[in-house]
Amino acid sequence: MEWETVIGLEVHVQLATKTKIFSGASTAYGAAPNTQACAIDLAMPGTLPVANEAAFRYAVMFGLAVHAEIGKRSVFERKNYFYPDLPKGYQTTQLAEPIVGPGYVDLELSEGRTKRVRIHHAHLEEDAGKSLHEDYHGMSGIDLNRAGTPLIEVVTEPDMRSAEEAVAFAKKLHNIATSLEICDGDMSQGSMRFDVNISVRPKGQETLGTRTETKNLNSFRFMEEAIALEVERQIDVLEDGGKIVQETRLYNGETKVARSMRTKEDSDDYRYFPCPDLLPVILDDQYINEVRQQMPELPEARRERFVADYGLTEYDATQLTAERAVADYFEATVKACGEAKLAANWIMADLSAYLNKEELSITQSKVTPIQLAGLITRLTDGTLSSKIAKQVFEAMTLGEGDADTIIEARGLKQVSDTGALEKLVDEVIANNTKQVDNYRSADEAKRPKMLGFFVGQIMKASKGQANPQAVNDILKKKLEG
Amino acid sequence: MHDQTMAQLALGLKRRDFSSVELTQHYLERIQRLDATYNSFITITEQQALQQAEEADRRLAQGDAPTLCGIPIAHKDLFCTDGVRTSCGSKMLDNFVPPYSATIVENLQAAGAVMLGKTNMDEFAMGSSNETSYYGPVKNPWAIDCVPGGSSGGSAAAVAAQLAAGATASDTGGSIRQPAALCGLTGLKPTYGRVSRWGMIAFASSLDQAGTLTRTAEDSALMLNAMASFDTLDSTCVDQPLEDYTANLNQPLKGLKIGVPKEYFSEGLHPETGAAVEAAIKVYEGLGASVQEISLPHSHLAVPAYYVIAPAECSANLSRFDGVRYGYRCETPKDLMDLYQRSRSEAFGDEVKRRILVGAYALSAGYYDAYYSKAQKVRRLIKQDFVDAFTQVDVIMGPTSPSPAFAFGAKTKDPVAMYLEDIYTIATNLAGLPGLSIPCGLVENKPVGLQLIGNYFAEGRLLNIAHQFQQTTDFHTRSAPGIE
Repeated sequence: MEWETVIGLEVHVQLATKTKIFSGASTAYGAAPNTQACAIDLAMPGTLPVANEAAFRYAVMFGLAVHAEIGKRSVFERKNYFYPDLPKGYQTTQLAEPIVGPGYVDLELSEGRTKRVRIHHAHLEEDAGKSLHEDYHGMSGIDLNRAGTPLIEVVTEPDMRSAEEAVAFAKKLHNIATSLEICDGDMSQGSMRFDVNISVRPKGQETLGTRTETKNLNSFRFMEEAIALEVERQIDVLEDGGKIVQETRLYNGETKVARSMRTKEDSDDYRYFPCPDLLPVILDDQYINEVRQQMPELPEARRERFVADYGLTEYDATQLTAERAVADYFEATVKACGEAKLAANWIMADLSAYLNKEELSITQSKVTPIQLAGLITRLTDGTLSSKIAKQVFEAMTLGEGDADTIIEARGLKQVSDTGALEKLVDEVIANNTKQVDNYRSADEAKRPKMLGFFVGQIMKASKGQANPQAVNDILKKKLEG
Repeated sequence: MHDQTMAQLALGLKRRDFSSVELTQHYLERIQRLDATYNSFITITEQQALQQAEEADRRLAQGDAPTLCGIPIAHKDLFCTDGVRTSCGSKMLDNFVPPYSATIVENLQAAGAVMLGKTNMDEFAMGSSNETSYYGPVKNPWAIDCVPGGSSGGSAAAVAAQLAAGATASDTGGSIRQPAALCGLTGLKPTYGRVSRWGMIAFASSLDQAGTLTRTAEDSALMLNAMASFDTLDSTCVDQPLEDYTANLNQPLKGLKIGVPKEYFSEGLHPETGAAVEAAIKVYEGLGASVQEISLPHSHLAVPAYYVIAPAECSANLSRFDGVRYGYRCETPKDLMDLYQRSRSEAFGDEVKRRILVGAYALSAGYYDAYYSKAQKVRRLIKQDFVDAFTQVDVIMGPTSPSPAFAFGAKTKDPVAMYLEDIYTIATNLAGLPGLSIPCGLVENKPVGLQLIGNYFAEGRLLNIAHQFQQTTDFHTRSAPGIE
């Protein structure tokens, strides 16, 4: 039987506000445990929440970016459950009246295909703290620094049909959120976390199969792996005549194993009700328009600008704007060297290959945009041949410094000096008399190919530093002279 | 000195008849000597009180000190006090010392009031008799075998026994007005949002409001002047201009339109209490007011709606007391569930547990629409009843509680009988309106309260109406028998 995969996502996007959603404590990552948790975050008796305006502004920006209706009246509710890292015993979140209503995101897929994924809604809520189970010998530690960090939870319709589409959506969302500067996008620190709802059904069937939810995936690769694994599992179960149990699952990216966390039967009743400590938030058109004016450039606008301003192809512009940090890198490089096409090529080819091999993100690159621009400048001014430039680039990835330093230290400067080159040409001609005779007696049409032999000899003799154009010119003159 | 009102004490302090330190020492001595009988205090803050009194004397010596400067008061033990144990009447918080103060505590401190200590109360403000306190019941100074009312029973008993010149209190369904009635005091619950809730340990957030227990309406006005503020720490605090609540106390009442809801004089009202209230309303007619019967048709739904909404909110508000970060933790928990279950089971009393259970039930899947949603609809109807009434009248009057103070144990076995203690006060909280109780007579030698309900933010008017009554009657000046 042929099966169809159906995927919906719930994405937690940590908002990059300076302070928490209901308190003035800092949201900075990495501080000593519980040093960024104030009385409100600790849910001390008598404390009260006050909503952070920046969190609303960011949520509205997000809503506008995904073409969504903005909830002009949004209401915080209490989601009640006990957990040690949930200090109040309830999470303050939105349910019936969220800040962002229905919207959509358009995806660019492989082979030029596109896809529209509908957003069901996105709501504001507070993050929980963290339970620490190591180093406490039979006890658990609680770190409430993260408690109260603002999140938007983005909930999609079950519109994706493959891991490719789900990952493309996740990347697009990441791009939108980082372009808007509402999220730092650092997935390793949990700034964006994905819950994936997966079901399968026989191709052509209308009704959805029973779904499972794989929670808390914090990398695109883990997400892809987890989906593949779960789809395979579900198909196996169904083809063996079994039934899918609605459950929450966890995927371990290290061991590549998934397991069931809990089934629906023992899921909680969260007893939601409107939070009486927080009034409904009413936004008017003027506020929404002001936010719209202040919005940073979105990926699609940036792509169009790259085509218009830098003369890039649609394809290159799409590639370069698929990730905010890549687009930033590109623009910083162009700013420093003025060579858009070369910068695009270097970033998409050599830089990308290096980052993939080292498993680095572009922000972790040892080669800075300024360094890449310096390399490109030395290429265009004839100091380097493209072959040597690749050597210099490699040296940069090893942290040997900027292009000029490497050229100097390694003596890689291209030889364009006519006297020195003539000497090399003369030596090669003298040592290859047979080939010289062949060349001179050959048809005009065959000569360019034959010339390659001499160029190769000269480049070898110069350890690649001879300027190939100059070598060509001198060779032709001497051979045909 | 202790038989004087706050206004009189303020004059004495200004005239330097006595110093704040002398006055404070006098009250502290009375508390030490007499409170074993009443059990109105949970914590006495002698050292801080004397320090604050010294500071007040310095300010008084410099002149232009605020009116309350140097006057000793007590705080209900649900207002957080920086560095002073704040128990909320519960074993759960017996060891809890907050590192911050409630806004109203800070406001009163800024006005120079001296804190004598923290007063007893029903556990987490849940009760109408002060019998649910972990620290034992409070005795009514008027009848030592009777309850003082609740939940602000400690504040009421302390002021009635003249162990403090005035006290802060809180009112979620009648917890200021009912003890005021039962202890012969003036009790004011302001409009919801008039006074900051920051630092007041929550029972039911949409109903809780801090207020005052004093001997006179004038004293209430003085305290409210100091307590009220717009507070950005409380999102439900209303940015309403501050006013001097003493400014219009002396305004004559000629032309005042009083509405008397027929629903408040029905079955269940003690006949003599009803008679005292009717007599008080007659006094107002003598002052030039007109009286008309009105109807608040949804009154009978107030108690049922309240006992869905308040427990629902409390079930969430009290979830933070889990034994993890502060407060009571059970001995040697064997796992997380055991830690939660035993900490909460061992530290919460029966009434608190009952309300958490009722609230969780009312919010649970399948029951939410039938209970919580329905109760919210009823709440809107009740509010509309008042809005309609205030198009016809300036103030609504009736009894504060159905009967005078009752004996210990009389209603503890029957929660519903206890809940009906607040049958006349609860609707005001549901509507968010200001309410005031003033003494208006004695039944069986125990005080009876007249309740005044005003329009939103009409505290000034309410206090004026109460003050005028107190200018022509002497119920408020009577001391409980046997008070030294």
